[in-house]
Amino acid sequence: MSFPLEKAEDPSKLRRIAIDPVSRVEGHGKVTILLDEHHKVHQVRLHIVEFRGFERFIQGRPYWEVPVMVQRLCGICPVSHQLAASKALDFVVGARTPTRTAEKVRRLMHYGQILQSHALHFYHLSSPDLLLGFDSDVAKRNLVGVLAAYPEIARQGVMLRKFGQEVIRVTAGKRVHGTGSIPGGVNKSVSLAERDELLAPMKDVLEWARTGVRLIAELHGKNRETYDHFGTVRSNLMSLVGHDGKLDLYDGVLRARDADGAILFDGVDPQDYLARFEENVHSWSYMKFPFIGALGPDLGWYKVGPLARIQNCDSIGTPLAEAARQELLATSPGKIIHAPLASHWARLIELLHAAEVIRALLDDPDLQGTNLVTSGPRATVGVGIIEAPRGTLIHHYEVDAQDLVTMCNLIVSTTHNNQAMNEAIREVARQYLDGHEPTEGLLNHIEVAIRAFDPCLSCATHALGKMPLAVEIVDAKGELVRRLVRQLEPVA
Amino acid sequence: MSPAPWLVFGVGNPSRGDDALGPAFVERAQLLLAPDVREGRLELLTDFQLQIEHALDLKGRQHVVFVDASLRARAPFEYTRLAPARDATHTTHAMSPEAVLDTYREIVGPPPDSWLLAIRGERFELGEELSPAARANLEAALAFFVGDGFSAATS
Repeated sequence: MSFPLEKAEDPSKLRRIAIDPVSRVEGHGKVTILLDEHHKVHQVRLHIVEFRGFERFIQGRPYWEVPVMVQRLCGICPVSHQLAASKALDFVVGARTPTRTAEKVRRLMHYGQILQSHALHFYHLSSPDLLLGFDSDVAKRNLVGVLAAYPEIARQGVMLRKFGQEVIRVTAGKRVHGTGSIPGGVNKSVSLAERDELLAPMKDVLEWARTGVRLIAELHGKNRETYDHFGTVRSNLMSLVGHDGKLDLYDGVLRARDADGAILFDGVDPQDYLARFEENVHSWSYMKFPFIGALGPDLGWYKVGPLARIQNCDSIGTPLAEAARQELLATSPGKIIHAPLASHWARLIELLHAAEVIRALLDDPDLQGTNLVTSGPRATVGVGIIEAPRGTLIHHYEVDAQDLVTMCNLIVSTTHNNQAMNEAIREVARQYLDGHEPTEGLLNHIEVAIRAFDPCLSCATHALGKMPLAVEIVDAKGELVRRLVRQLEPVA
Repeated sequence: MSPAPWLVFGVGNPSRGDDALGPAFVERAQLLLAPDVREGRLELLTDFQLQIEHALDLKGRQHVVFVDASLRARAPFEYTRLAPARDATHTTHAMSPEAVLDTYREIVGPPPDSWLLAIRGERFELGEELSPAARANLEAALAFFVGDGFSAATS
């Protein structure tokens, strides 16, 4: 079976629009849209080139190298890969329960990553759309445009990002390629001097985070119709939740709800993830389409990420973020919120939560502990699951007696969201493109929907001259009708 | 403590073939210019890609050199002065050096004297080593920078 607008009946008679690659999305994303002569939409697909070479890159390496090597898979969330790998390999070295210091240092690192990643996404990548308008002047629809129109907000975004990076530097030991988290624990604690360095800006960080939540709530309130309905599609939700049911982005058990909020499964040990999920493939995409096996591919697809997480959990354990969560939930009493644009609100709630968690952890004397690593009977298999900024990240390894990785399976957040992103852009195409001559502003609506999921398939290769951006409209005969090129070369 | 007047910022992923040119340059320069680093005249930083917060690393500097692999540069390297510019990389996860300077201009003020050392690369696949051509280009770029770019300017 295919989903509505997934496959046109007779593509040869339609003209094709390719948004290639989608901008403000990490990695190479491409959208194709097939239209007839009346601009009626017949097919919409999001294709993302996934680097399946990642697993092969890891196989054959000694397991202790893995937490460092996996950081090089992604220049955007290297810490998430480092921590997911470390958690998986904890099982291999028999460290099922890391020391208190190790867990808290890792948590601090992780929430620093969440904070900086969410700050980048909202302030840098999405606020231009949300503050300036989806079809505002493309030349100004960027961070510099926000800097000009909302200088204080843009400045706070940069400072939040910088603070998150400092948390990572302190806990990982270096700004990049950190070795802080290792199989079995961590190799450094947080000194009092480092703690004080992070505490100094904490008051400002919390206030900036609160300002961000207020801002998105205001934007939502001013334009409820758009925020509630833009690209909205119902689906299941999936994430880790803490063992107590509260939001926990570092550790816990897997929980899924259906589109109305009913529990589909709960309390699933991450080591048993394979029993719950299956993957579908389509010839037109390199990226797989995971689904909840018991429901099948048509009904079992789901969303992951901030909006799924804050509704999947029972509550958030920090007061400011929980109050903000209640405010968001109150916009849809008793019903699950599926609107992609609500993801931005959820993301900023998580940013505030991350700031509160970091603040609380900095007071914890366990951060200065000296018991950093533990071990026990060796195992050959380990699974580590973490809630990365964009959603659930799964690392699964098998290690042989020579300490070499023989099998590696990674399921990244964007893969979980593959079907959800495709459905969201099909809905946006129905809502905004159908029957209209496509313009840059209208095509940006498609990108706005994708960006709400903050997809990331980083190749972390950005060398100068390797990033062409073009939109091509081709008629039914395959002839180029129009070509829009986004300038990536600097213009003075 | 005030920041070192010279900042060299190597950009790239060490595990992606010639994309490692930026970090490899930093690693080698750290040894070749160790006395300058030790005495606070030079700081060397590296990251996978440039982002908004890197604008703040420019604060208090007199000279900044971004070192990056390039498919456009003529071999072995090109050394060009940078000016702040608004480009579409403002809207991506990986900003151009010009966009970082532009962000600095908006947040702080006029940016320091900044240069791009673009070292020609050929292959950028995951898990690959530096290509032989890139290695040769790296040596040429190091010889230039240690001899003329930095040492001549600071002597």
